[in-house]
Amino acid sequence: MSSYVPNTALQVKEMLATIGVGSIDELFAEIPAGVRLNRPLCLPKGLSEPETVRKITDLADQNISTQEAVCFLGGGMYDHYIPAAINHLLLRGDFYTAYTPYQAEISQGTLQAIYEFQSLMCALTGMDQANASMYEGGTALAEAVAMAQTQTGRHRVLLPETVHPEYRQVTESVMPSLGARLATVPMEDGVTDLARLNEMLDDQTAAVVVQYPNFFGRIEELDEISAAAKRVGAMLIVVANPLALGLLTPPAEFGADIVCGEGQPLGIPMSFGGPSLGFLAAKTALLRKMPGRIAGCTRDVRNQRGFVLTLQAREQHIRREKATSNICTNQALMALSATIYLSLLGEQGIRAVARQCFQKAHYLRRELEKVPGVSFPFTGPFYHEFVVKIPQAKKVLDRMAKEGVFAGIALQRWYPSLSDCVLVAVTEKRTVEEMNLYCQLLGGLLA
Amino acid sequence: MNGPEPLIFEMSQPGTTGFTLPEPGIDEIDPADHIPGKFLRSHLPLPSVAEVDVVRHFTRLSRKNHAIDVGFYPLGSCTMKYNPKVNEDMARLPGFAALHPYQPESTVQGALALMKDLEYALCEITGMDAFTLQPAAGAHGELTGLLLIKAYHDRKKNKKTKILIPDAGHGTNPASAAQCGYEVVTIKSDAQGGVDLEDLKAHLGPEVAGLMLTNPNTLGLFEPNVEKIAELIHGVDGLLYYDGANLNAIMGWTRPGDMGFDVMHVNVHKTFSTPHGGGGPGAGPVGVKKHLEPFLPCPRIAYDGKKYKLITKAKGSIGTMRTFVGSFGVLVRAYTYITQLGAEGLKEASSHAVLNANYLMARLKKHFLLPYDRFCKHEFVLSGKPQAAKGVKTLDIAKRLLDYGFHAPTVYFPLIVEEAIMIEPTETESKKTLDAFVEALEKILQEIETNPELVKTAPHTTPVGRLDEALAARKPDINFFQRPAG
Repeated sequence: MSSYVPNTALQVKEMLATIGVGSIDELFAEIPAGVRLNRPLCLPKGLSEPETVRKITDLADQNISTQEAVCFLGGGMYDHYIPAAINHLLLRGDFYTAYTPYQAEISQGTLQAIYEFQSLMCALTGMDQANASMYEGGTALAEAVAMAQTQTGRHRVLLPETVHPEYRQVTESVMPSLGARLATVPMEDGVTDLARLNEMLDDQTAAVVVQYPNFFGRIEELDEISAAAKRVGAMLIVVANPLALGLLTPPAEFGADIVCGEGQPLGIPMSFGGPSLGFLAAKTALLRKMPGRIAGCTRDVRNQRGFVLTLQAREQHIRREKATSNICTNQALMALSATIYLSLLGEQGIRAVARQCFQKAHYLRRELEKVPGVSFPFTGPFYHEFVVKIPQAKKVLDRMAKEGVFAGIALQRWYPSLSDCVLVAVTEKRTVEEMNLYCQLLGGLLA
Repeated sequence: MNGPEPLIFEMSQPGTTGFTLPEPGIDEIDPADHIPGKFLRSHLPLPSVAEVDVVRHFTRLSRKNHAIDVGFYPLGSCTMKYNPKVNEDMARLPGFAALHPYQPESTVQGALALMKDLEYALCEITGMDAFTLQPAAGAHGELTGLLLIKAYHDRKKNKKTKILIPDAGHGTNPASAAQCGYEVVTIKSDAQGGVDLEDLKAHLGPEVAGLMLTNPNTLGLFEPNVEKIAELIHGVDGLLYYDGANLNAIMGWTRPGDMGFDVMHVNVHKTFSTPHGGGGPGAGPVGVKKHLEPFLPCPRIAYDGKKYKLITKAKGSIGTMRTFVGSFGVLVRAYTYITQLGAEGLKEASSHAVLNANYLMARLKKHFLLPYDRFCKHEFVLSGKPQAAKGVKTLDIAKRLLDYGFHAPTVYFPLIVEEAIMIEPTETESKKTLDAFVEALEKILQEIETNPELVKTAPHTTPVGRLDEALAARKPDINFFQRPAG
């Protein structure tokens, strides 16, 4: 057992003497008898480091990771290659054991990295400003919805069925207490039903949300959705995959007011769902409505360039109940991962990864067309994820997992009408051999 | 190290890159044949930098930071304890880090077992009956807890509109309550630094949904009337929320569940040593008593004696607070820490956190004003009023400490103490380090007498001097691509 307490018994004695007590127990004397714990905690005895490592590694070994199985799972989190340099830099104690950069003079590393992150997110999305990070994609969307409500003074929000079901669940769980009225827009051929959207829009609509590419990998008619929203004075919130923006036109060019999403594709391990990276970018008009931290560039007394947390009058530690959000701790280290990832890959690398994702997903889809028995419920443009209908999908997915291929996500869990439909994601990491194995196994099982 | 570091964009050399992909190995198609042209990107203004230069850039940036691994970090309310290195290794095991959240349940049994066991450990440490590990941070835990309170009252058809919060509470408390649509009512502190019972009684009524309390509070003082407070709140069918930010003071000594709290969050990035990461990620698991368990968010982890299962829908649940199960990688670190410390180690951690704080307080109280002179728990609050009267503000003292190689304490919080200096040493610091910190403060106090300008213009040895925050707010320069003119 180690509790990482460095003091020796002698030092403890000296300290107690300075305080003027005989034992540590006396320092706890004021805890009322009625609430004291008069027994040891009922937890296992502490372990040495080697024993701890053995116990935790045993648990890890009970899992089958995507390093052992081939991963075609997506749905908001993707198996991309993470360059080695990222982890080496993240493990610098000066980054990961620092706190929020409140003392700017000794936090310039973190602050400049946040400034670079904000700028990189602006570069990808085309927006005017971005904050230092949010928790993850779903909560970032909820905050975007809150921003649109305060800015427009309206409360109706349209959420198409094609937005990630868990993002919608998060928004539905969190937002009604702020007065939001959420309405679901149905889909047609895997994209938002534009006719229905137009019918549902009214002058009480604060925002229309659209995912780009959407939950099924489809590319929505962003320009038409944007125009429809603007006609009634509603805001356009785009939930974007930032890596897809290496191939796709930035949402700003379609008139997005807020762009948010999940930054995990940018060099962050999947880690069974987190910690990942929420991001939030917006137009200048929304600057004072932004939640969370923002780093800004300024000058110091020596007239050098320096960075600080800025526009803090929006935040909870200053404004308390009048703050734009309650967020305090964010995902700074994951934002640093994304910053390093985007710096390493640069324009060339990000374009190349986005393109390979597109190419490989389209290859797999072409090959799957040759497998007798499978069909495709949706037509039309997609990026690196698509839906395939497989007879007895659940059974087939189980069998393929046993053969070492995580072949996709069964959609029935969220979409009862999409029984036997499977969401398949293909990243740049998948090889042609792995994709051919997918088709072979599937062909064998369906034969 | 002290020179300015260019921005990554200023280092760009078009044509170079820090990463190469393998050939795709398939026949490529033209994206324009499959995606309408309006959706295909033209301009992409990302920097082009070689790997060696990227690595040097971020290494040089890291050296401009203070961090626990560099030196003492007595930031009150933040529990900046040492982050054990083995935690990092465990979180990075491929059997954890390379799991996709939608893998078949049969392939993630180890991960679910870890989470279930962590839930159990948190229940035992806090005296709660059930936990959700979903929330991503402390404030996110508060939001979750308040939605649980709301769900409880809605179920009982209680008309509740107000949340009571002591004036010493963290800023996230009122912000979270407001985000749930509650009206915030501030309760005064009494002369001993606890909740003013008379003021509390004056604000009690049928419309009170609950009270949010940190215990020990942000003054580092244990609330002696906690049982009475619980009785009063429960008397109007209100619920008691425990802000777990200060849990590091009491592990193994007392438990929120035994004090009468109904719902609470834990900041694993404080109490359970997961790194702060320059501002995150954290995790804010939420614990509840039996009567709130049906409202917990999904997914929940179930165990039937053979297999672990994720329950994604439950009647009565407040819904889901975030995507996927939680910040699993952070939870692995916390679990590793709890495994290593065990029951006796956790109590020892709290005991020494309190010992260290009282030692520092005993040594420093002769130099500053100590507004509440009682034994503290894991932290204490001094006032720099005597120094301010000499023209040197608390902020100046904080900045001068940076020159001595220490992070500054939390300053100007809690709001009820003028010129507040809030010090939390944690248990992982030695007497030697604490003594060096006291000596630095004593030297600064001498400087205030002999050369106050030196303190008022500090810091002098840091990579940058005091920064113009007014300029930053007046002319926001927050995006390299849209810098203000001038």
